[in-house]
Amino acid sequence: MSKRKVKDAHLPVGECITQVHQILRQRFCHQQLPDRPLGVEAQHKHLAELLKRTAVHGESNSVLIVGPRGAGKTTLLKCVLRELMKETEVHKNLLQVHLNGLLQTDDRIALKEITRQLHLENVVGDKVFGSFAENLAFLLDALKKGERSSSRPVLFVLEEFDLFAHHKNQTLLYNLFDVSQSAQAPIAVVGLTCRLDVLELLEKRVKSRFSHRQIYLLSSLTFTQYLERVQTQLSLPGDFPDRKFAQEWNASIKTLCEDKSVEDVLQRHFNSSKDFRSLHLLLMLCLSRVSVSKPVIKQADLLDASRLYSADSKANMLHGLSILELCLIIAMKHLNDVYEGEPFNLQMVHNEFKKFLQRKSSSMYNYEKPVVMKAFEHLQQLELIRPADASSAKVQREFQLMRLMLDHGQIMEALQKYPQCPTDVKQWATSAFA
Amino acid sequence: MEELELPHATVSCVECVSAALLFEQVLLSFFGCDAASLLPRSPSLSDFVRIYRQQSSQFPAEQTRYIIMEKTELLRDADANLLPALLRLQELVEDNVTVILLSEIVWETFRPNTGCFEPLLLHFPDYSKDELKQVLSKNKHPSYSAEFYSSYINILLGVFYSVCRDLRELRHLAALNFLKFCEPVEEGKAKVGDTHKLWKNIEPHLKKAMRTVYLREVSSLQWEQIQQMEEQETGAVRGLSAHTHVELPYYSKFLLIAAYLASYNPARTDKRFFVKHHGKIRKTNFLKKNEKTSNHLLGPKPFPLDRLLAIFYSVVDSRVAPTASIFSQISSLVTLQLLVQISHDDQLDAPKYKCAVTLDFISAISRTVNFDIVKYLYDFL
Repeated sequence: MSKRKVKDAHLPVGECITQVHQILRQRFCHQQLPDRPLGVEAQHKHLAELLKRTAVHGESNSVLIVGPRGAGKTTLLKCVLRELMKETEVHKNLLQVHLNGLLQTDDRIALKEITRQLHLENVVGDKVFGSFAENLAFLLDALKKGERSSSRPVLFVLEEFDLFAHHKNQTLLYNLFDVSQSAQAPIAVVGLTCRLDVLELLEKRVKSRFSHRQIYLLSSLTFTQYLERVQTQLSLPGDFPDRKFAQEWNASIKTLCEDKSVEDVLQRHFNSSKDFRSLHLLLMLCLSRVSVSKPVIKQADLLDASRLYSADSKANMLHGLSILELCLIIAMKHLNDVYEGEPFNLQMVHNEFKKFLQRKSSSMYNYEKPVVMKAFEHLQQLELIRPADASSAKVQREFQLMRLMLDHGQIMEALQKYPQCPTDVKQWATSAFA
Repeated sequence: MEELELPHATVSCVECVSAALLFEQVLLSFFGCDAASLLPRSPSLSDFVRIYRQQSSQFPAEQTRYIIMEKTELLRDADANLLPALLRLQELVEDNVTVILLSEIVWETFRPNTGCFEPLLLHFPDYSKDELKQVLSKNKHPSYSAEFYSSYINILLGVFYSVCRDLRELRHLAALNFLKFCEPVEEGKAKVGDTHKLWKNIEPHLKKAMRTVYLREVSSLQWEQIQQMEEQETGAVRGLSAHTHVELPYYSKFLLIAAYLASYNPARTDKRFFVKHHGKIRKTNFLKKNEKTSNHLLGPKPFPLDRLLAIFYSVVDSRVAPTASIFSQISSLVTLQLLVQISHDDQLDAPKYKCAVTLDFISAISRTVNFDIVKYLYDFL
């Protein structure tokens, strides 16, 4: 190993860049496990303790991990499991079943999946079961018989736990919690969810069987910690093949993080959200600009990436509209101002537009009504306007009530940026009676 | 994707009416027929992920696999789980896979209410006028020079640019109208460089095209035929929407007229219009009301069946018995979508209707029965 390192000490720059991309992309996109979860030591200890008790002592437990999206719930669980699996006793004993609320949309599918993950398809075979509970009991029985000692503990991991609570009668949850309560086979049920009110979703009988143990993952980090995190996320690890390049890279990252404008950008980002997934997206955008000709991340890259990240997509859409469509939107804006947000129809918009044309008396935009209608329909297709009520088929097209899905500021800003916007249209936008 | 030869699956969400078709297409293009046939009859997402995992462990990818979804806005109407699951597919199948979603709609309207894995958003900006010019000038006519064609494109954009920025539409229009543009050159009336003359020739023609072909009033084939027949004036052919005249029975016409009057006149003016000896209505009051927004702007109002019949009897001169055929004519007007029935809850007992025809249509009809409808309309008093 050390010999190779010496030999590879001076890789060509291209090689290094490829390596950097590989390592950092792995980190950002594939949610690679960090060596140690940061900032959640207490929760980590709690969970590890709990799972260990199930795995070693055969105690049945249930726990819910609650936290916002991107707070590292799955990462925490995976880290704990990785540590647990290192112990041979646990590794030999513990069976894992991973279920996801997105995939296992009903209890039948979930049960099939459990059977498959416990490798019991051949045991169940073609047997017909009267009830769900019977089936589950049979599965757990089969586990008991399979082992010469009393039984092997099973760990159930339910991701998107709140979706499981929408199943009919919550049969799966009821049975799992029931087994964990009534001291049959030792099982641990770990639910991961982003809903704080998840307990309110549970039925009473299910709720009473749940142990009410919850682990909250609320991010409590300050901006300095956030900044540190950015730095560690971007730095290269110690075992990078080219030592010299890694040192240079890390030094450049350090100066980057100390830069004032970068700090501002990150502060803004931090204020909008604290979770790391959006940070990863931002850093990915930066990283994609690194190439052989430009081997370090500059502050300009970060600024660009942030601009790209926080761009208003609706303003972008407005940019691509034709003049006629833009005029219609301005007419709608005026209607909204005059009638205080009442829904409008095409006839009113067209009327407003005609008024503008009369005042200007320029025949430049004198389009016929069908052309205007086509533009109106294009706006509807882009969902910049929406029908006010759902019953669409019954009303004539020109009388269907619509609502504008843009606000005042967005329209004005888009008008300012619009390439080659006619002046009279601009004036009309600023005042209805111009 | 084709150029770089990346393994990819292109799926159009319009075609995939069920999730099962989507799964099948993805598996088919990644792993071949064998994998697709492994799917059970009505596969769930769980089955798909299981088979995908199986296959990807058998044939591990050296490269990232790409799933490209077109018209993704339709995914929102599909199963609620499908979109969040696709967004975190990489995690779920533990393979190096990228899902690319293409859509016209902004991402904000996609987001499910419990949140999901946020994708990386990219915006493909619209072509500017110059870019459109460049793109359109590429497919030039073989027998003419590039400058000639690009000057034609210039004129075309001058007419259409403020209305339409759709490249496909513009390309179609350019192809349709080019022959007409070349005509003076072929006939020897103008030279290739004589831009002004050419512009004079084509501009009214293009304006006409906007009225007809752009709105699909006249089909492209018809348009071409018109251009070949020189003597016939362009646009003289009646388009699709010009065929508004419908043959109706006598009483149906009056029913429809009555329905129109009931829809667009407020109920309190009925007495004034249709009772012979109505009391005097104070003019001032009347005019003041008139200044409010006109009914033709707000659209038709619903009216009960009784009011329709009352107006019908006073409009028709002769005595009409309320026979079964009158009532069946009303319901057949509904099936023709000239009337619209609202409030489906009571079919027999006092249903409400709306009139769904335009003013032009109704005045054409009333002309055939010698009835002056404008006199009876509140808005035009």
